[in-house]
Amino acid sequence: MVGEITINNVYKSFKSLDPSKEDTLALNGVDLKIEPGSFVSLIGPSGCGKSTLLRIIGGLDKATSGELFLDGNKIIKPGSDRGFAFQGSNLFPWLTVEKNIAFGLKARHIYKKEKEEVQKFVDLVGLKGFEKSYPHQLSGGMQQRASLARALVGHPSVLLLDEPLGALDAFTRMTLQDEILKIWKQNNMTMLMVTHDVDEAIYMSDKVVVMSARPSKVEEIIDIDLPRPRARAQDTFQQYRTRILDVLNLGGKIEEVEYYL
Amino acid sequence: MKKIKFVIRLSLPFIAVIISNLVYYLVKDNGKQKEMAHPYYLYFLYLIAAVILIEYIIAIFNEKIRKRIIYKTPFLTGIIVFLLLLNYITTKTLLLPTLYFPSLDRIIGLIVEQRVFLIHNILDSLGLLLEGFLWGVTVGFLTGLALGYFKKVGYWLNPVTKAIGPIPTTAWIPLALSTFPTTHSANVFLIAFAVWFPVTLMTSSGIQGIGQVNFEVAGTLGASTIYQILHVAIPAAMPSIFLGVFYGTVSSFATLMAVEMNGNSSGIGWYINWQKSVMMYDGVYAGLILIAVICSLSLTILFKVRDKVLIWQKGVIKW
Repeated sequence: MVGEITINNVYKSFKSLDPSKEDTLALNGVDLKIEPGSFVSLIGPSGCGKSTLLRIIGGLDKATSGELFLDGNKIIKPGSDRGFAFQGSNLFPWLTVEKNIAFGLKARHIYKKEKEEVQKFVDLVGLKGFEKSYPHQLSGGMQQRASLARALVGHPSVLLLDEPLGALDAFTRMTLQDEILKIWKQNNMTMLMVTHDVDEAIYMSDKVVVMSARPSKVEEIIDIDLPRPRARAQDTFQQYRTRILDVLNLGGKIEEVEYYL
Repeated sequence: MKKIKFVIRLSLPFIAVIISNLVYYLVKDNGKQKEMAHPYYLYFLYLIAAVILIEYIIAIFNEKIRKRIIYKTPFLTGIIVFLLLLNYITTKTLLLPTLYFPSLDRIIGLIVEQRVFLIHNILDSLGLLLEGFLWGVTVGFLTGLALGYFKKVGYWLNPVTKAIGPIPTTAWIPLALSTFPTTHSANVFLIAFAVWFPVTLMTSSGIQGIGQVNFEVAGTLGASTIYQILHVAIPAAMPSIFLGVFYGTVSSFATLMAVEMNGNSSGIGWYINWQKSVMMYDGVYAGLILIAVICSLSLTILFKVRDKVLIWQKGVIKW
């Protein structure tokens, strides 16, 4: 099985053009191994660099030092072996749903050979009948579905998801979580998702990687040993949530209240 | 009651044509306007009436045209009434000097009688306009693309563009006429220049305004740089590019007139200038009318193309 990501001692600092200001260190030596075919979530305080890490894996940003590998090949630039689902759908507004989904195949000049894949993925994300619609004619959830189909149509071995559902309402969000899991199962691929929603991470992942505040490191990796399909209202959820929030120092304490009469 | 109102509304243009006829024949002329061989003004009204009638007949079968006709009838009537007033003032009264305000018979008659000569001039103008326009759009698009997409090119050349671009095209006329080998090439250059600047500016600013994420999406989908330019940068900047082409087209009209009135020996601009110099103001008006038709038609074509290309856009400028 393919889709194994290895991250070795990755540092990332953002250079400041102003010489009087110091560079910002975002990633402070990240080591991580992601098993092929697993679903892993990255969670951490906002601004901790989890999106930066995802972007480096996607080849959109460069690590200042350290190395990353996908199935033993060094990652240096974006590639069709890694699909990327951005926050917000970011569909190309000048293309119809169908043509948005076909974009990657056309860019790689394999559209003629894999034409029928487009329809397959349109159906998979439930957009049948909307092939000829333009993005502005779709609801937010439908746009996100189209965007997922666009990222998946080239059969990447890894899908990187950068808070893909952040902009959606709670119900659409839950439906799409299930759809992503369905796609994950059907396509035998690795999924790595950045999220700020603890419940989403527990519901979807095999492992939750908790990152510390900037300059950020892997704080703890929590295995979610729950059978699938999972129920959102499971009791065991609470234990995992408590553990994750404790690692994030957001658990809070119940103060002993003293009463005076 | 509703039906009667509807019938009255539809017959308004024809009533206006009949009244125009009555005024034309029954009210005494001022005797100062040159007599024409035919009542061309009335012929023109009949032409309008015939077109309206044909549209009515089509409207019986086509609901879309029917709605448009019902909406437009008062306006068409308004045009006919306006012409009636104009004709009354110029031929029946002495309110305006007849030298500068020729009768409609004379203006329309001139267009009809000199049509071959006028068409020759129109084609000359259109040829020049098109040649300059195509050069301007092509060069402007390419410079805009380079300035907008390649940051280094933009850094070095943007200030140059900003310094040269805003110079009014007409200010270049003396230099262009003396440096270019032929008047024609100078004219083409001047019109191209007028189109070039707005197209460059709007293309480059359109490309710069594209969110970085669009290119990132394309990159993660495996698109090469050239593919990203052709399939992301250009389509995303298209609304802005069209705006530039629109501004360029408008300023190309102005430049066309300026170059034709300066040292040209054909074209509609030259014709107007020549007619003025021989005190033939009917020719001046005829020229103006033709220019209005040409410019308006050019913009209509441009906007039709725009509507086709930018079908994906919501909310666009109406023409």
